[in-house]
Amino acid sequence: MKIGITCPYSWDVPGGVQQHVRDLAEALIDEGHEVSVISPADDDTPLPPYVTGAGRAVPVPYNGSVARLSFGFLSTNRVRRWIKDGGFDVLHVHEPEIPSLSLLACWVASGPIVATFHTAIPRSRILLVTYPVVRTGLEKINGRIAVSEAARTTLVEHIGGDAVVIPNGVATRRYRKADPLPGWPGPGGAIGFLGRLDEPRKGLPVLLKAFEVLGPRRPGLRLLVAGPAADPEEVLHKVPAELRDRVVLLGQVSEEDKARVLHSVDVFCSPNTGGESFGIVTAEAMAAGVPIVASDIEAFRQVLRGGEAGELFATGDAADLARAAGRLLDDPARRAGLSATALAAVADYDWSVVARGVLSVYETVVLGRTQVAVIASGSEFS
Amino acid sequence: MIPDIVIVIAAALFIGVYVSWRAGRIDRLHARVEMARAALDVTLLRRSSVALELATSGLLDPATSLLLASAVHGTRDSASTGRPRDLAESDLTRALRAAFSQPDFRASLSGKEGADELLAEVEAAAHQVFLARKFYNDVVAATREARRRPLARILRLSGRARAPEFFEMDDSLIAESSGAPIGK
Repeated sequence: MKIGITCPYSWDVPGGVQQHVRDLAEALIDEGHEVSVISPADDDTPLPPYVTGAGRAVPVPYNGSVARLSFGFLSTNRVRRWIKDGGFDVLHVHEPEIPSLSLLACWVASGPIVATFHTAIPRSRILLVTYPVVRTGLEKINGRIAVSEAARTTLVEHIGGDAVVIPNGVATRRYRKADPLPGWPGPGGAIGFLGRLDEPRKGLPVLLKAFEVLGPRRPGLRLLVAGPAADPEEVLHKVPAELRDRVVLLGQVSEEDKARVLHSVDVFCSPNTGGESFGIVTAEAMAAGVPIVASDIEAFRQVLRGGEAGELFATGDAADLARAAGRLLDDPARRAGLSATALAAVADYDWSVVARGVLSVYETVVLGRTQVAVIASGSEFS
Repeated sequence: MIPDIVIVIAAALFIGVYVSWRAGRIDRLHARVEMARAALDVTLLRRSSVALELATSGLLDPATSLLLASAVHGTRDSASTGRPRDLAESDLTRALRAAFSQPDFRASLSGKEGADELLAEVEAAAHQVFLARKFYNDVVAATREARRRPLARILRLSGRARAPEFFEMDDSLIAESSGAPIGK
């Protein structure tokens, strides 16, 4: 199948949507499909062979912050040419409610169009999708995908119609092998954490409390903490002074380093207290084969197969976490068992599986329709 | 010889008249601030409504339209979004500038029905905001200066009226990169 995918945000800026588009495109290519992606990108950015640059994105205020987007008639012309040259069987636009390439693609194209909605749209933006120019574009979409139940709910309630939920995949290959950071995990063992440090729902305070129990009893044990924070010093100050040099903060890490962090610890901890719909970080840790201790929230129970693929502890309970993590650290055989189960379980969430779900949406919308084409210039509003 | 009492009365009268004149001046300045503020509000609203007309005119691509409409929405809705008015208005300036500073922006629209008139109207509205804000800030500066004088402070000539605030926002008419002007 010939597939054209549009990405609304700059390829050279890290972000969830860009990552999703890249993983999906590569998974589809692996399945033997012909994929072309168009994305805003700086001219000097090296792009993968399947990506067409649509020119530099322009920083503009949007929704109270500055976003880098592609708009205007030059971008429109580039998208039009890309569609014309592509001869796609299906056009897959991401985030078409954002004023960027995907919306432009909906506007100039005719034929089978699939759209993926990534975010739950804030209420203030809902009004805007009723503008005729936007509605005309959105009405051309034949199949809609939401990446989460929350995204689907806003779609159903505020734009109307329905969407199938196909969650993000996990690029398991990317996490399977990586070199540990130098000196890790170390002879005394190490516990890892990934996520925003100052977002209480990510649960770092629970892990730090547990470390107050574990640390004094296990003199060599260290914590490896990766993720952004407004004020990392403040986070460190919550740790008792005598344990502070055993808590290592890495700050925000790149995708590559994320895999290395996961391979640098004996036990990975997901202490989230809620607010997770899937737990992508936990799934990535599973893909790395690191034994996991996670809070007993619905999302984790599901991905960890009710505790078969990772140890669960009572949500928010630092003492229970300390007990569970301690048990794991003392039992290499149990760790190896959890790791093997997790590796098998996470295969269900691999991008190759997700891509097959997306493909079946493509196959449904192309039935009985012709190829994607460009509608005559100037008649966009008809 | 004029009796001392007459001199004292004359001096008191003179001081009284002077103080009352100063108080009246501060009062008039506050009134002028309010008028200037009302005029500024009118130009801002006018600019928003013309920008929205451009956004919904069908002359622009949907992405640019949505950007403008969203910026206009922000200025109208600044209370509920929690974004202060000055920042929301600056956002609209930047959105307009981003649209207008595209290379060949005008050329791409020329010949379309009503395009030239609408663009001219947006530019005029943007320029009026620039002027109205300048006039407003001038009279705010004069008022703050008058309130700061020792006599005004000691005798509390401004009463309970609060010191007027400057209105700061990005209304620069020239896009930094391409030099394409908004307004003339």
